[in-house]
Parts: sequence; C-alpha cells; structure tokens
Amino acid sequence: MAKKLKYALYTGCTARESTPELLQSTLAVAEKLGIELEMLDEASCCGASHLQDFDDHLSLVLNTRNLCYAEKKDLPMVTLCNTCQLNSSMTKHRIDENKELRERVNNDLRQVGLEYKGVSDVKHFLYAIVEDFGLDNLKNKIIKPLKNFNIAPFYGCHNIRPSEIQGHNNGHENPYVPNSLDRLIEVCGGKSVDYDEKNKCCGFHVDLQSPETANKLSGNALLGATDANADFMVTPCPLCHLNLDVKQHKIGETMGREINMPVLHMPQIVGLALGIPAEKLGLNHHVVKAVYFE
Amino acid sequence: MSQDQIASKKVLFKAFRFNADKDILPYYEEYKLIVTQEDVVLDVLNKIKWEHSGSFSYRRSCRHGICGSCAIKVNGKAVLACKERMFDLIETFGTELILDPLNKSRAIKDLIIDKKDFWDKYSSVQPFLIANVDKNPAKENIISQKVADKLLEADYCIQCGACYYSCPAVEVNPEYLGPAALAKAYRFNGDVRDEAKLDRLDTVNEMGSGIWNCVKCFECTQVCPKEVNPMDKITQLHLQTFAEGVADNNVATRHAVGFKHSIEKHGLLDESGLVFYSEGIFGMPQHIPEAINMLKNGKIPMPWSLPKSKNLAEIKKLVKISSTAKF
Repeated sequence: MAKKLKYALYTGCTARESTPELLQSTLAVAEKLGIELEMLDEASCCGASHLQDFDDHLSLVLNTRNLCYAEKKDLPMVTLCNTCQLNSSMTKHRIDENKELRERVNNDLRQVGLEYKGVSDVKHFLYAIVEDFGLDNLKNKIIKPLKNFNIAPFYGCHNIRPSEIQGHNNGHENPYVPNSLDRLIEVCGGKSVDYDEKNKCCGFHVDLQSPETANKLSGNALLGATDANADFMVTPCPLCHLNLDVKQHKIGETMGREINMPVLHMPQIVGLALGIPAEKLGLNHHVVKAVYFE
Repeated sequence: MSQDQIASKKVLFKAFRFNADKDILPYYEEYKLIVTQEDVVLDVLNKIKWEHSGSFSYRRSCRHGICGSCAIKVNGKAVLACKERMFDLIETFGTELILDPLNKSRAIKDLIIDKKDFWDKYSSVQPFLIANVDKNPAKENIISQKVADKLLEADYCIQCGACYYSCPAVEVNPEYLGPAALAKAYRFNGDVRDEAKLDRLDTVNEMGSGIWNCVKCFECTQVCPKEVNPMDKITQLHLQTFAEGVADNNVATRHAVGFKHSIEKHGLLDESGLVFYSEGIFGMPQHIPEAINMLKNGKIPMPWSLPKSKNLAEIKKLVKISSTAKF
C-alpha cells in the first residue's frame, strides 16, 4: 500500500452507547493496521430510517450536515453501522442527483455557515478494510489466525441493499451472493460457514412495535448459523448485533429452542487475528460470551 | 449474427415439480441444457416444457415484462422470467440453477402458485381511483407532468408478486400487507385526483398489518423488475400519515418522532430515552430483563456520561429551521 489510509470516522450512536465494544475494536484495529481515523465529533444521529418516516427534509439536512464535516476534513467518511451507512449514502445519492433538492438543503445549512459540495465518499469500515486496505495486505499481518473456527457471516441489509446506492461503496457486492465478509473470515484464518440467512434481515427496525417479527427473523438467522455448525457469527452492523446478541435469550423462547451463539463485530475478528488481546476488543461487553477467547 | 457466434453455456437446472392433485411431497427434476447469451429465463422454461417434459407448468403470457404472470425464483432470487437474462444469473449463481415457484408452500403445479394471499391484500387497499368524475366532461382532465411525477413511478407495478414473495416480514407475519399492496396504496394516495387518501391511510396504519410492520430491508426495492422501489413508497405513506395529521399515538409513531427529540437534545441518540419515550411507562417492564443484561455488560451509559455531539447549538438551530413535520 503506497498511501496511508485516512478517514473521517462517523461512529453513529450505537457504537458510543449500547455497543461500546464496536468502537473500541474499530480503533484498536485501525491503529494496528495504520489506518488513521479522525473522529467526526460534530456529527449527529443519522435518524436510523425512522426520523426519515417522520420528517424527510430534516433527516436530509442533518445527514448532509454530517457529510459537510467530513468534507471540511477533506476526507472520505467511514461508518461503523449499516444503517448509518444507508442513511448517509442515500442522502448523498439523493442530493447529488437532484440539484433542486441540494439547493433546498444547502439553503438551511448556509444559515449555520455550512455548505455541501459533494466531494466526500461514504463507506462502511468493512469495505475500507476489504476494498481499500486490501485483503492481501491484511493477510500479511495476520499472526493469530482463527484456525479451526467455523464462522457464520451475517451481512445485515443496509450495507448490501439497495445495490443501486451501495454498489459503488461496497465493491459492487451482489446482495444475493455477498462475499466480502466470507473472504475476510477466510483471510483471518477461519472457515466461513454458508447458510441461507446470511444476507437476510434481522428485523431490528420493528423490534418495538412487532417484537415477534424481529425475534423470528433474528431467530432464523441464529438457528441457521447454529445448524450450519458455526462456532460464532460475525456482523458489520451493531443494530443486527443488538438483536442477535442482547435479545438472544428471548429469541430462543420465541423459536422454542435454546440458542447459544456468540456474535462478534467485524473488527473484533480482525483484531483477534491480528493478535490484539480480547480485552482490548471489548469482548467482555457481549451478553453471549465468546468463551473461546477468554 | 450467425448461430455459432452466439456464446453459450451448459447449465444444470433443478426444477421444482409438484402436482397438488397427485403428489404429497414436491421433488426436483434435473435438466441439462445449453443456454445462449440471448436467452432469458422464460426461454429455458419453454425449452424444458417443449423439449423435455410436456407436463412442466408455469404461468406465462405477454413475454414483454408487462403482464406480470411469469415471476419465479431462481436460486432464491425472485425474477421476472421473461426479462431476466440467463447469463446474468449464471454470473451471479454459477451453472447450477434451481427453479422454484415464488412461494413453495403455495405451489399448485410446479412453478404455478395460488396468489390468493397476494390479491386479497392488494384488494384491501382500494387499488383504484376514487373520484367524482364527470361522466360527460366538456374537455379532457389533463394532469401536468409535475403532478404525475408525484406518483414516483408507483404506477409501473405489474403485480408480479416478486417483492411480496421475497418480503421477510410477510414470511414471518402473514398479516402484513407487504410491499406490493402498500406501493399500490401510494399509487393512488399520490394521485391528486383521488379522494380516498385518508381512508387508505387508515388501512395502512393498522398495527400488525400496515406500514409500521415493514422491516426496512430493501429486498422489495432490490428485487422489483420494474424498479417501482416499493420501500420508498412505504416511506412516502409514513410521511403522508404525519403530514395529514392522522398518525395514531402509538409505540411505532413515537419511535419515529422520538429521534427528533433526541437529536435536538443530544445530537446523538439517547437510546434508553428513546425506548422510554416510545414505549411509555407501561411498555417498559418487558424490556427489563434485557436492560439488566445490558447494564451488567456496560451497554447502557449513565445519564451523566451520555455522549453528545460537538456544536450542539448548531444542531438545535437546524432542527428548528429544517423541521417540516408535526406530531
């Protein structure tokens, strides 16, 4: 790699609150790989596709404001959450395509001294590693491969769909046969497990109003991974993680089966393979403990 | 171009076979076929029927992507058989392809399914224009392009069912209306001439079956062969619900609105605060076991250490000047 990679890090809310281990492991991995991350402390919540149901204009303005701060640093934005990725890139897509809309958004932003120009790209940290850092480069740095582990990738919706919007940020991943996370698992020394639910929805977004839907969707994924003999799952999305990990006991009750499936964040498996100690990757924060690494 | 210049590939097809009148269980029959660069999936179905197995059944009609009858699933991906190019599928899934009906549990014969559930839900949103139309108008009732654009191409839907039978929410919640019916509801709710907007909003706001049960996975948008983008239409219905002031005060609507309050106060989300605002005091007990687990594992920040965005005053100002919705 010729040039040192540098991004503006949009942590989103979850990595700062209910999945602190995601931020912790991201920073540890970035440091180890020599990827520079500048925190976007000014950024606000992306609205998580819910504010978008209530007030479209406000959510566009707030997401564009976040992009402006990445532009100010003259850096591409990197996200840690699939839904942050969706809302940031969807905002960018819409205002880049539609001048009138961009002008309406900029009109508001100018009142606080900001203006969106459209120079910074947005990509998820998974693709910063797979596409920009490169799996070959990563391979050279693996010192503690995850040998003999069967690992089930869980992609999460908003990194792979809709491909019209995410395509150029995710190396044109095919949403029906995504493989970036599988390839990452293999480079980290593990065996990636194939199962039907790996590119399906976890149901997080209806968790409050329709917990049964959410539990069944997450349950199908957890049981799919279990029945495919996975030792643990890995996901790039903290919202999927909250459902799969924190709610696992309740999901088991819905599904009528006991489930005991540790779920790791994507940077955690990279960190483990890079030889970073489990404590530094925040594995102790998980509800379902990945006992192998204790 | 002569025949020998057209690229071709050998493909193993495993076709779902089932005759509800005779079979208890379905089975797969294998066909090895040469597929050319020019073939679409329908050509393959025809080849199987015409050259290998005359009893093989599937729906087909227009052959031009407009009748919506020939949607099936190939390796789990819903496709319109007359539109989907074989070489694209081979590129995605390789040279072993599984031909399934849109929904195996609704199969009647081979790839033909009973779409009753689809049509029942479709009918429930009043999928037609409701307006007092002058039967003998003096002149044409012309709609401007700008107004027609508001339909956001929802009128392109051909009722093929690709989105509906790919929707994970429908799969686990049979009550859910699903993307096709909801996109159709928007087709007429976005039409200036229509007078049943509030009626339809009432239907689609039903908890358990309506817009609040969409899981936002974008599978419908991804799969739609006509690029209707049903997910976007569901969002439009959410927005319309608030814009018309007919949103019920419930956990789902408060959840959407709660984001604004949280952003205004902290920039970032106050996750626990949002759940409390959405659920209300009586909805909280169900979350206690998880909350305890989260607390034990350092997943709930203390009120005094709740993260806030830098330049919060700027966010507050933007929330003030950019807000366009009321609840």
